[in-house]
Amino acid sequence: MSTPTIARSRDGQGRLAAVLLSPTFAVLGVVIAFPIVAAVWDSLHRTTEELDADGLVVEAERFSGLANYTSLIGNDRFQTALWNTTFFTVTTVAIETLLGLAMALLMHRAFRGRAIFRAGVLVPWAIPTAISALLWRWIFSADGVANAVLGREILWTAGGLEAKLAIILADTWKTAPFVALLVLAGLQVIPDEVYEAARVDGAGAWQRLRSVTLPLVMPSLLVAVMFRMMDALRMFDLPQVMIGTRKPSVETLSQLAWDEAMNLRYGPAAATATVLFLYIAVAAFVFVRILGADMLSEAKDDGKAVARGRGGSSPHKQPDMLSEAKDDGKAVARGGKEGKA
Amino acid sequence: MTTTSAGGRPPLARSLTVPAVTAALALALAACGGSGEPKSPAASTNEGRGPITFATGKDLTGTIQKLVGKWNAAHPDEQVRIIELPEDGDQTRQQLVQNAQIKSDAYDVIRLDAVWTAEFAARRWVLPLQEEKLEPATFVPAALETGRYRGKLYAAPWLTGTGILYYRTDLLKAAGVKSPPQTWAELQDACAKVKKTPEGEGADCYAGQYDKYEGLTVNYSEAVQSAGGQVFDAQGKPQVTSPQAKAGLQFLVDGFKNGTIPPKGVTLKEEEGRRAFQDGRLVFHRNWAYVYAMASAKDGTSKVNGKFDVAPLPGKDGPGSGTLGGNNLSVSAFSKHQATSRDFIQYIVSLDVQREYGKEQSFPLSRAALYDDPAMIKQYPYLPVMKKSLETAKPRPVAIRYSEVSAAVQDHVTAAVTGKKPVDQAAADLQAALSGLAD
Repeated sequence: MSTPTIARSRDGQGRLAAVLLSPTFAVLGVVIAFPIVAAVWDSLHRTTEELDADGLVVEAERFSGLANYTSLIGNDRFQTALWNTTFFTVTTVAIETLLGLAMALLMHRAFRGRAIFRAGVLVPWAIPTAISALLWRWIFSADGVANAVLGREILWTAGGLEAKLAIILADTWKTAPFVALLVLAGLQVIPDEVYEAARVDGAGAWQRLRSVTLPLVMPSLLVAVMFRMMDALRMFDLPQVMIGTRKPSVETLSQLAWDEAMNLRYGPAAATATVLFLYIAVAAFVFVRILGADMLSEAKDDGKAVARGRGGSSPHKQPDMLSEAKDDGKAVARGGKEGKA
Repeated sequence: MTTTSAGGRPPLARSLTVPAVTAALALALAACGGSGEPKSPAASTNEGRGPITFATGKDLTGTIQKLVGKWNAAHPDEQVRIIELPEDGDQTRQQLVQNAQIKSDAYDVIRLDAVWTAEFAARRWVLPLQEEKLEPATFVPAALETGRYRGKLYAAPWLTGTGILYYRTDLLKAAGVKSPPQTWAELQDACAKVKKTPEGEGADCYAGQYDKYEGLTVNYSEAVQSAGGQVFDAQGKPQVTSPQAKAGLQFLVDGFKNGTIPPKGVTLKEEEGRRAFQDGRLVFHRNWAYVYAMASAKDGTSKVNGKFDVAPLPGKDGPGSGTLGGNNLSVSAFSKHQATSRDFIQYIVSLDVQREYGKEQSFPLSRAALYDDPAMIKQYPYLPVMKKSLETAKPRPVAIRYSEVSAAVQDHVTAAVTGKKPVDQAAADLQAALSGLAD
């Protein structure tokens, strides 16, 4: 890349780039970095209140170090919220991944009414969460559809395991289409030739799914799972609207932070929010590190392919991607055959 | 998409973090420069006159707009603009609190829920009113009480009301019960009789609002008061372990146990309960006045139209005591035109304007004279019952941290009515929680 011309103009370009990008940096600083820093700052302070002779509040804000964090440790409500958040994330993401994958595979097939099916699947994803939460609240109300269908009176919204189940169901209904959509996009770039090759090599339907489809769709699937995981960790509006505030069986960390802030306890609220932020960051990092090994090598391959594409005579990306995919496919098919042998 | 997970941090991100964080830190430090100093929000009064805003709930009937129009015609230099806040109480409070914390003068006259008075007054977000100018003696006394904090009037009563008992006249008649119950025992007795009649088969007996939200605090306070107890005494000390207070809680717990209150009661809010009553599935129902108009609807939406009436709430040994609801009007401490704001409040809560407002909407108003007005009674037949109920009604606990008080009540009462804790234990725990929150 470092041809002499580029090297000479590099300094000037760098300055220009800095000038051109600085508005972006400023905006990012104000809308991302500042709130984070301000939240951390708030989480290190506590507001004390006293009443004067007329019963009017006199407030004082004091630096309290990590007190807001340490008080979270023995706090039952925080621990419950942490557990609920984790529980919802693990269960909903697991179910949604399986369901989304199945839906994508179905949508990918050619069958009569596929367009309607695809559009129908997207409807839940298109409805705002608060609205669908309202919808599910009615379904799960004591006289609602759910109980009418089941033929008994289950108090879904009163808390307990039923409320958890209701949340999982509503969340799965709402976001499995998102997983399906991303996976479908991944499925559509797998060329038919790969399957033909696999078929010629004698792979059955199950083996084609296991050895061709899944590996090739894995990058899209992992991205979908990561998005869902980060989304589920900050779940707020569904339990808030569907079940309500301060219901221990479904309260998530976001709800807890919100409730603390609503009661003007900004220090503890900021501490809770910061812990949630760190939790999401760590979860995303671990996810990329553990499951991302394949994604990384894939990305590297992609990079090489693109580089090759650029260097090559053809300016069109499509054929290159196809041949790349074909190579991959063949490799996988070969791998599958070896596995069988 | 796969590139998002490329290992390590791309160099671009690394180079951008440093300036961004520095800038953010500078901003944060600038914003927090004054921390550590005691903050006492200076709620300065002024005699400013000029255009003002009136932050209130949704104006469903368009009446407020009409009344404001009259004011505007008479005061060309002090025009009032209506700002509609969310209908949901929590959201309204959130918006008002945020507004007050940034000391915004966007709202001049604000509508406060009766239970927010203490918080808004103590935090100096609203200003005291000149009580004598409002003719305090002509208000419903209990409603006026909800506008006071430490003896001073901070909010002028506007809408008011308390819980009343809706009951099915047809079912009671069929069962041979002549008058609505005045005590809990009579209520259970009447239910038992109704259930033996063919008409009453399958109907649930009694329900209020027992989901875990503000409504539970209201219903719990009513049960405690109706048994002769009180949640907080005159000195602001919690008294929920008194024998009377426990008897009130016991009534709710027993109600769930013996089926007086259906199990689904723990999911009922105002609207769910109203629908159940309106569909003919409840013999007795505790709710606010707004239900009257809807249950009387003749368009087929109500199955109990013409078959119900209202009575004061029953109590342990005699008529019970309801909890006061209602909305009051205050002048924001951050208003630039406070003299106009005060005049406007005086105008909107005046007897004639209230009467005009009352004709268009069914929520009971704060001037006592309206409850004896034959035209009003003809339009709202529940008014005499409401008047009687308001005589014994009590405001909810006056506490600066009211929302936390309410949350504590909800936590422990829910534990009791769902059978997770015995009444004694729940009362003791609640007493401890409330003691930590008393001002």
